[in-house]
Amino acid sequence: MASVTPLHRAPAAEPPALHARAMDNLAFIRDTMEAAGSFTAVSGWAMVAVGIIATVAAMIASAQPSVLQSLYVWIAAAVLAPAVMLWGIVRKARRARMPLLSGPGRKFVLSFSPPILVGALLTVVLFRAGLVAVIPGMWLLLYGTAVVAGGAFSVKIVPVMGVCFMLAGTLALFTPSAWNDWIMAAAFGGLHIGFGIPIARRHGG
Amino acid sequence: MAKHGTARDDRRPNVSNLRTVRGKSDGVSASSPGADALDRLIHERLRLGIVSALAVNDSLSFSDLKKLMNTTDGNLSVHARKLEEAEYIACTKSFEGRMPKTQYRLTPAGRRALERYLDHMEALIRATRER
Repeated sequence: MASVTPLHRAPAAEPPALHARAMDNLAFIRDTMEAAGSFTAVSGWAMVAVGIIATVAAMIASAQPSVLQSLYVWIAAAVLAPAVMLWGIVRKARRARMPLLSGPGRKFVLSFSPPILVGALLTVVLFRAGLVAVIPGMWLLLYGTAVVAGGAFSVKIVPVMGVCFMLAGTLALFTPSAWNDWIMAAAFGGLHIGFGIPIARRHGG
Repeated sequence: MAKHGTARDDRRPNVSNLRTVRGKSDGVSASSPGADALDRLIHERLRLGIVSALAVNDSLSFSDLKKLMNTTDGNLSVHARKLEEAEYIACTKSFEGRMPKTQYRLTPAGRRALERYLDHMEALIRATRER
């Protein structure tokens, strides 16, 4: 007996819903941006703000009677500055609709964080060992290391800034401790402002 | 990664129940008929890819875009020209030694178009969730 062909074909698979297409399009845009770009959410203006905080901290620290007291001033600045930087990064990423913790952003955080955590740990160790004068040089070296490592996934100017911090750290370690505040001012103040302005101008804020 | 569709993709029907806006190349300003309408000019995948890639770079060369989009010379140049005609991207031609070099960058109009497109996609998702 001949086979019977139904008059009505089985309904074709439903086309994807509109919102599913929209989500697919957004994922495509995000993936393309991640593949094409480097982490541009590093906020130039927040860097300028951090530079200003560091400059003010240097002025206050230099007026302190002892190295230990000037270190307290820098520790206060070290608490305030990352908060300002984080606020700037989150704000810029939101404005650019860049995901903060996926793709290059995640790589940036994973590369940037370890030297910073090591720096915090070594601060306690060196403080307890009475090697307070070495701490600024160590901070600059490890901050520079973090910026170079994180900057490998960012715009080209960021790792260059990291190298400058490492040079400043080296200088701080091999010069008299009385120079520390000025080297810190030049690095945390001057470099953040000097590199922050071109980043803000060329990379969207 | 599969190669992106050819320039013929333009003629395919778009998402049927979305309002569409033609680009300036088609004679109508992309921004004129309402910000919430879909910009058909960058809705096409390869053009959306070009605009997205340029949104996170100062500029990209033709060969950078070709590698990134995994497409052919002809296909990329056709789509890039459409975006250029709509003034969404700007093209600079120069020579590096004897080699011609074409650089593309996103214009402010292109960035606004991408932002509108993102708004539109987000609005669609939000509307579905609120239902």
